[in-house]
Amino acid sequence: MYHYETVFILTPVLSEDQAKEAVGKFRKLVKDFGGTLVHEEAWGLRKLAYQIQKKSTGHYHLFEFTAKSGNIIAELELAFKRDERVMRFLTVALDKHAVAYSEKRRAKAKAKKDAPKTENA
Amino acid sequence: MAENSSEIRYLNPPSVEVKKKKYCRFKKAGIRYIDYKDADFLLKFVNEQGKLLPRRLTGTSVKFQRKVGAAVKRARHIALMPYVADQLK
Repeated sequence: MYHYETVFILTPVLSEDQAKEAVGKFRKLVKDFGGTLVHEEAWGLRKLAYQIQKKSTGHYHLFEFTAKSGNIIAELELAFKRDERVMRFLTVALDKHAVAYSEKRRAKAKAKKDAPKTENA
Repeated sequence: MAENSSEIRYLNPPSVEVKKKKYCRFKKAGIRYIDYKDADFLLKFVNEQGKLLPRRLTGTSVKFQRKVGAAVKRARHIALMPYVADQLK
């Protein structure tokens, strides 16, 4: 079982709904290629550190998934390259330390999200 | 005449600097994985031009310096950090 993480940047030209639609497409692709999504994060419209395709912002999105075979990466990256809405993508294989780290990070984010809710209630 | 050769005498007393020993922050804190998504943290390992700082300044061990380098390069690729900058800090 392999553990991967992909960050991709969509053009800021897309509206929120269009961006969601594009993300939905890739979510489906991951499943179709035999991957299982473990975690997903939308960072929203963020400022880029430098311009890409003359754009200075982009919709960031993060997928964390597991797969039985590494073939999924080639197929997924081909799909990213073919889609002109994607400005940049980065796929990283996670080792056991990285998996532990991302679990911790997730727990932290969840605690942060839950905390204000409980305070209000 | 040669009896004093072992005993070196100075005109001015040499200033004795107590050097602070550098240490690898990853080893000390028990960090096993360096996240490329955390650009604020990686900012500690680059100068204001966005270039990687040498180990001799940060004190990072070889093992983790390689990981810092990889993380910074990944962060640059997804535009979380600049490749070149003027006034980063």
